[in-house]
Amino acid sequence: MTQAPPSAARALELRRGAEAEASALPALLVAAEHLAATVQMGGHGRRRAGAGEEFWQYRPVHSGDDARFIDWRRSARSDTQYLREREWQLAQSVHLWVDDAASMRFAGSATNAARASKGERARLLALALAVLMIRGGERVGLMGPLAPPRPGRAQLMTLAAHLSSLPEAGDYGAPEVGAVQSGARAVFLSDFFGAPEAIEAALARLSDRGVTGVMLQVLDPEEEEFPFQGRTIFESMSGALTHETRKAADLRARYLERLAERRERLSRMARAAGWQFSTHHTGSPAQGALLWLNAALGRLV
Amino acid sequence: MWMLGPVGFSAPWLLLGLLGLPILWLLLRAVPPAPIRRRFPGVALLLGLRDEDAEADRTPWWLMLLRMAALAAAIIGFAGPVLNPRVALPGQGPLLVLFDGSWAAAPGWSRAIARAGLALEEARVAGRPAALIDLSDPPPQALSFAPAADLAAQLPGLKPHPWEPAAFDPALLPEGGFDTLWLSDGVAREGRAPLLAAVQSRGAVSVWQPARPVLALSSAALVDGELVVGAIASAPPAAPVEIVAVGLDPAGIERDLIRAPLDFEGKTSTEQVFDLPPELRNRITRFEIAGARSAGAVRLTDDALKRRKVALVAGGRPREGLELLSPLHYLREALAPSADLIESPLEDVLPVSPDVIILADVAEVAEPDRLAEWIEEGGLLLRFAGPRMAAAEAEDPLLPVRLRLGGRSVGGTMSWGEPRSLAPFAEASPFAGLPVPEEVRVSMQVMAEPGPELAEATLAALADGTPLVTRARFGTGQIVLFHVTANAEWSSLPLSGLFPQMLERLAVSTRPAEPEAAELAGTIWVPQKVLDGYGRLQATDAAAGIAGEDLAGGAASAATPPGLYAAGDRVIALNAVTRGRTLAAAQWPATVTLEGALEEREEVPLKGIALALALGALLLDVLATLGLSGRLWRPAVRGAALVLALALALVPHPPQAQEPAQMDEARAIQAASNVVFAHVPTGDAEVDRVAYAGLKGLSDIVARRTTVEPSAPMTLDLERDDLALFSLIYWPVTEGQPAPSPRVYAKLNRYLRSGGMILFDTRDADLAGVGATTPAGQRLQALAAPLDVPPLEAVPPDHVLTRTFYLLQDFPGRHDGAIWVEAAPPDAELAEGMPFRNLNDGVTPVVIGGNDWASAWAETPEGLPMFPVGRGMAGERQREMAARFGVNLVMHVLTGNYKSDQVHVPALLERLGQ
Repeated sequence: MTQAPPSAARALELRRGAEAEASALPALLVAAEHLAATVQMGGHGRRRAGAGEEFWQYRPVHSGDDARFIDWRRSARSDTQYLREREWQLAQSVHLWVDDAASMRFAGSATNAARASKGERARLLALALAVLMIRGGERVGLMGPLAPPRPGRAQLMTLAAHLSSLPEAGDYGAPEVGAVQSGARAVFLSDFFGAPEAIEAALARLSDRGVTGVMLQVLDPEEEEFPFQGRTIFESMSGALTHETRKAADLRARYLERLAERRERLSRMARAAGWQFSTHHTGSPAQGALLWLNAALGRLV
Repeated sequence: MWMLGPVGFSAPWLLLGLLGLPILWLLLRAVPPAPIRRRFPGVALLLGLRDEDAEADRTPWWLMLLRMAALAAAIIGFAGPVLNPRVALPGQGPLLVLFDGSWAAAPGWSRAIARAGLALEEARVAGRPAALIDLSDPPPQALSFAPAADLAAQLPGLKPHPWEPAAFDPALLPEGGFDTLWLSDGVAREGRAPLLAAVQSRGAVSVWQPARPVLALSSAALVDGELVVGAIASAPPAAPVEIVAVGLDPAGIERDLIRAPLDFEGKTSTEQVFDLPPELRNRITRFEIAGARSAGAVRLTDDALKRRKVALVAGGRPREGLELLSPLHYLREALAPSADLIESPLEDVLPVSPDVIILADVAEVAEPDRLAEWIEEGGLLLRFAGPRMAAAEAEDPLLPVRLRLGGRSVGGTMSWGEPRSLAPFAEASPFAGLPVPEEVRVSMQVMAEPGPELAEATLAALADGTPLVTRARFGTGQIVLFHVTANAEWSSLPLSGLFPQMLERLAVSTRPAEPEAAELAGTIWVPQKVLDGYGRLQATDAAAGIAGEDLAGGAASAATPPGLYAAGDRVIALNAVTRGRTLAAAQWPATVTLEGALEEREEVPLKGIALALALGALLLDVLATLGLSGRLWRPAVRGAALVLALALALVPHPPQAQEPAQMDEARAIQAASNVVFAHVPTGDAEVDRVAYAGLKGLSDIVARRTTVEPSAPMTLDLERDDLALFSLIYWPVTEGQPAPSPRVYAKLNRYLRSGGMILFDTRDADLAGVGATTPAGQRLQALAAPLDVPPLEAVPPDHVLTRTFYLLQDFPGRHDGAIWVEAAPPDAELAEGMPFRNLNDGVTPVVIGGNDWASAWAETPEGLPMFPVGRGMAGERQREMAARFGVNLVMHVLTGNYKSDQVHVPALLERLGQ
């Protein structure tokens, strides 16, 4: 997949209908834009004065204010001098981690071909979130060295290109947190089936740098329900891990117990680090997850 | 073949495979069901979990049992199990197959043939030559052996004969030693023992005979006015037997008239008495044992069972006390045993419709017209002369010959001559062969006017050649005149034994029982219908006549097959079983191998059943295995499992009769609320479209030009629609049109009968010219064959269709050919003062043509013609004519023969004027 030049982005948008089938890049982006369009962005300002583009308020001049900030037009209408303050617009850096492990390729049984795989859903959510963020003026990037956070729509193309061509990885993934800037935001999209210690370590390192973020566990409904019976050999997606059972139905309760346990642990980790954690199922629409992601990021200070 | 009880196995060594089943049990027990491999990311959470129940991997015992059963069934199935197998004939050398071939073998004939086929097949495989002998139809010379395959080809041609085998000459047996398979019919017979000894001297003998007893009807006779039918059996039958009297019903259709159970009560002979009214009794043509297919189980009846109704009418008043002089006394004596007599005045007799009316010395017939009518319808009028007839002056039309006034007297006291004796009967006379007693003398007679036809009419004459009995055909009946009195006044004929015989020959009385040889002497009998071995009555053609003496014995043989023989008006039935015959089961010495005696059950191959069981068990196993491994409820498998379950549950059952679908109510209201034309769908979308458009166009034309304003036409749903709601149905005929169902035909016929009209259109303009040679024409013939289509004619110039609205003489559509309508009745006459005939009262139910009217009428939605018609102005004229034909047709349908009533206009005007 070649990365489309930014100048071609508009043309690609125009031709999205025609090329939707032909290219995964616009398809993902279009889907993400489409998804993002369902979230009405409010003002993304920080609700306080600061460096920014938007008008915030007039205030009387205090001593120490630079004279060139005095708004003459406003001051001329009264006896006191006013400063024109702008809203503090903080461009945040958001680091997305979309689990690219083989386990994310799972899309349920073969008969449910209509359902998106967890990876597809995670990429879609990530890119849609990126669209929202970019629209809000944030800088969005992927964790790792490939796509450092940058503002602007051109970054979307870069993100889409990278997300569409995530390399094959092992069974379960862990976030690469080395490049995350301090004070940035992080978004983890994964099934978190890998070793929880890796997540815990990553969270610890990020907390040290004052990075807060969001963890969204993307699961397939089958993973949540475990609707299996009979003698079965379960294999991980790469086939590296296998587990054979003679009566799969007997395992269900214990599997669900372990799943709840894992979720509880993740939730606890998130709380400890000041992160937000939630679970999303590929069987349900993506909007809910996107709204939650957007809101959860907004809640982070 | 290895036998296990009643079951034999054609490949018994395969059963050794059953020994392997326990090993299979161990193997299958050890191997758990195959696992499913699933990709599942959550496996990380599963690692380390252990199964709680270690037993689940073992195949459950019932599944094991199912599999073992399936395998066992398959092994048994392939071992070729046969229930009640036939045991192969042992031995070598040539094989002789003897058939009894009589009527008694007919019920088991197919099995006998099958047995013979089996023996010949075995002989063919073993390379043994064979010979076939049918004892009932013995070969003319000694046989030689032939390859068994050639003989097997002849087997299907063998039929049981309706007679029994005569003694067989052992000299006709083939040379040398041979084994014999004797396919016996199971009836004991004289010739069996010598023949058995002859064939036993040549080699081993094996006898096959059916175990079921042989049933036959041995007699059917009238005893004191009751019908007594005797039945015999070779052994008391186990199942109840019914006897059926078959005859023609008043409509002339053969049906079972009477059924009665036949109770043998453990004996081998029984009788069944039928007390029937003469009308019913005289209808009986044969008795049958219900369900027994053999000539012996059929008893044909003939004149002997018929008692005719004979009316005796005398001329003068009975003279009291002079009984022996009564003109009817001797007739009564002669006829009473064998006929039902009615003695009444003629006018009372006729309504009873007797078979014969005897007028003894009646000169003036009371109601000659009615009597003549009765004779024309087949009655036999037998007249005797007498003083009154001799004195009658008026010419009597109901006499076979013209009589000279007065008669003559010979040998009386006042005459010179001697009383005359009878001349021998001529060959052509019905009395031919009857002995002429010397003592019969005729002293007085009435004389016939000589004429060219007199000799032909004479049945019996005196020695001097003057006619004594004359006959004339009269319609389908006949008139016979005895030129003497019925009492002994004029002749001694009534006193002689010849008199009743003559009456019998004239079919006035009936024969009391079996005809005697002497009685039949000199007569020639022609077989009318003969029985075949199965007891079916079949017409014969070109069969030679048989002398009465040969029939007299009453025994059927190849020369005299059982059946109905006719000579003149008399019919004799020759039955396969002679009267008084008894049946006994054939007894065979212990030295012969007897098969078939216990063989009530057919040989049943069980291989198919066993394999089907195996397959069914395997199907169950598939379902059970799927269920056990949790795959059964996966959606992809569910469908397949459903199919499997269906295959298991698939029991053939007769398709339920579908309830006749009803017409949709809204549609019915729409059709009923106005005049609606409809067309029959052809299945060809284009033709249907054109037909619909054509009817739409016709509706528009009719609405514009007349007061009829039809609604939009409809396309019929023949299965559902109530046709009565449609006044005109247009039926375009296409080549590939499927024929409607019988129910639809019934509806169509009802529609046609109740005044509907169908316009058939072959759309090829060819029907009229060469007849139905076009494919559409042939299809039309096939389609219309089940319809009640009346006789047709090309539409005559005065048909009402030519003037119902427009005056037309041709009826073009896109083509211009003749059309066909119901033919006018042959008695249609030209109405007075009118240029047309007074034609049939009603609407022709069909109009058939090939002019493709729909295309001429069809309009586009814009109201423009859909198809061109003809060329230029002439074409427009033709289209106009087509439209006018449509209007006329609609008017004809709606107003019927209203325009035909114009014939009455002058009369009406005249009446109005007054």
